[in-house]
Amino acid sequence: MKDSRYIRAIGEGLAEELDRDDRVFMLGEDLVDAGPFSVTRGLAERFGTRRIRNTPISESAFLGLAVGAAIAGLRPIVEVMTMDLFTVCMDPLVNHAAKMRYMFGGQYSVPLVVLTATGAGVGAGPHHSQSLEAWFAHVPGLKVVMPSTPYDAKGLLKAAIRDDDPIIYAWHKGLLSRMGQVPEEEYTVPIGVADVKREGSDVTIVATGLMVHQALSAADGMEEAGISAEVVDPRTISPLDTATIVASVKKTGRLVVVHEAVKDFGIGAEVAAVVAEEAFDYLDAPIKRIGLPFTPIPFSRNLENALLPTADHIARAAREACGVPVEQ
Amino acid sequence: MGFSNERFVGMYRSLLLLRKLEEKAVEMTMTGQLWGWLHSYLGQEAVAVGVCAHLRNDDFVASTHRGRGHFLAKGLDPKRMLAEVLSRQDGVCGGKGGEIHIADWERGIIGSTGIVGGILSTATGVAFACQYQGTDQVVTCFFGDGASNQGSFHESLNLASVWQLPVLFVCENNGYGEFTRQQDSMRVTDIAIRAQAYDIPGVVVDGDNVLTVSAATEEAVARARSGAGPTLLECKTHRWLGHYTGDPQGYRSKEEMEECRRTDPIPRFQNHLMEKGLLTEEAAQQIEEDVDREVAAAVEFALDSPMPLPETALTDVYSKAP
Ligand SMILES: Cc1ncc(C[n+]2csc(CCOP(=O)(O)OP(=O)(O)O)c2C)c(N)n1
Ligand SMILES: [Mg+2]
Repeated sequence: MKDSRYIRAIGEGLAEELDRDDRVFMLGEDLVDAGPFSVTRGLAERFGTRRIRNTPISESAFLGLAVGAAIAGLRPIVEVMTMDLFTVCMDPLVNHAAKMRYMFGGQYSVPLVVLTATGAGVGAGPHHSQSLEAWFAHVPGLKVVMPSTPYDAKGLLKAAIRDDDPIIYAWHKGLLSRMGQVPEEEYTVPIGVADVKREGSDVTIVATGLMVHQALSAADGMEEAGISAEVVDPRTISPLDTATIVASVKKTGRLVVVHEAVKDFGIGAEVAAVVAEEAFDYLDAPIKRIGLPFTPIPFSRNLENALLPTADHIARAAREACGVPVEQ
Repeated sequence: MGFSNERFVGMYRSLLLLRKLEEKAVEMTMTGQLWGWLHSYLGQEAVAVGVCAHLRNDDFVASTHRGRGHFLAKGLDPKRMLAEVLSRQDGVCGGKGGEIHIADWERGIIGSTGIVGGILSTATGVAFACQYQGTDQVVTCFFGDGASNQGSFHESLNLASVWQLPVLFVCENNGYGEFTRQQDSMRVTDIAIRAQAYDIPGVVVDGDNVLTVSAATEEAVARARSGAGPTLLECKTHRWLGHYTGDPQGYRSKEEMEECRRTDPIPRFQNHLMEKGLLTEEAAQQIEEDVDREVAAAVEFALDSPMPLPETALTDVYSKAP
């Protein structure tokens, strides 16, 4: 194991897969100069501009082009700079990448990875901060992953590149410089398998992306109050590892779901519904959902902070579920 | 054009096959044997045949909701195509695609989709893969005049131009996007002029003349194959029927509907071949009977094919079942 930043882990994952398979190539805006987030730093020098390609600012065309290239046997990795920008290129993804295998009777697959930066908290304002993973999780044919640690970032990326179906790989801007342990040796993290990030017995907190870390710090804080929280990170949003979540709730009897996307009609609702369907009799308290209030994301740090879920919100919800509310 | 006599006669046969199979499909829609809409290709046959005459088996085409002509001209088995249109188990997509969504990867048919303009970027991507892998295959992407107002048309032409991709964009200008005339949706008369904005050749041809389509395609395909990049080829043609079968066409005059058949590509080409001594009355008769038999066999095959099993509705969403 070695210490690595999240951004390094992504870069390493890209480089290793580019190295092992010539069919893998990257498309996106300003990749050669490593883009605003520097995720692709050094790749163009190493792999050349045949494989690391700058595109015009033309998401619809270059994402569509990647779909065609994938059908024809390549394994494109496309960067859509932030998740907000999917609005200009939904058609290639939702109507083409997601459906072409199915509607043509399984004649071919669409092995495509779309890298995108998600998340708020960095002063990026209404058009560069959204968490829209639920949109994609709602489309049969697509897969969605959201790594929360350097380990998962690298392992999920490598697995995604080797997967034969279109995958949205949503990394969080607020995690770029986060450190974590990453194996020296080759590994992948399987798509569709959740990870119990912390074991506990009183309450299950299902958290995604950056919220995994808020949940972990909430769990640490609750220890003093004698509450043992289990933190489950689905890692893959779709297909969701419901078995791990349901097993955890059967053990703890309580569930808090937290994500940075707006709460309404979100992934949290899906998790809550699955647990209600499959583990209702095990629940000792009503399920709690935490997410962004139903508003766009404002620019001012002050306003942004007023909206984003925190460890404190999570702890309050978990303690309430456990019948030991925080005294006012 | 360096085609042999047999090639020309083959094109004639192909025109007839497209025509007769389409007439049959229209008839089957009218009599309720065919479920859903049918976007008839009648009248536009010279475009598909003239273009595909220059494609190799390992070249690609991408198509539209009005795509049966393209599929047949690129070699899709009429039986499996008609079975798909009739949503049967032996359809080329197992009944999941139907009339509008058809692909046959083995024959280089990338697919057609229900999103007007949607396939242009996909086709451009297949061309990218050809270039990336250093093959000399080319991609032809068919689309309508209406589709040329979509962003994906402009973005795809730009990208194909920037990277000099081996793709031929074929605009079948039949004068209508659904019920709306071309002149009500754009100011330009020639869509090919839009190629100038992307610094690629834009060529206009009589799309009801298989020879002019063929000549222009020959040049564009050679260009793409040699690495010189994309071409926009506009084929002016006519949609004989409504947007779909059953369209009452209140937006079109009776005269216009009759007039548009005067450039019928089949007698035009037949006369040409006979004048050149490449086709005799007897040979034409023979070909017609042969095509009739092929159409009848396709109909029989398609009608005999069972409906797909309900379980198959759940397969092929992902490459590996979860
Ligand atoms: C994005 C999109 N918008 C609208 C439609 C509905 N529609 C289907 S075909 C069509 C007309 C397309 O016209 P054109 O591109 O000229 O092709 P043609 O039908 O003439 O072959 C329309 C508007 C659609 N399927 N997709
Ligand atoms: Mg049209």
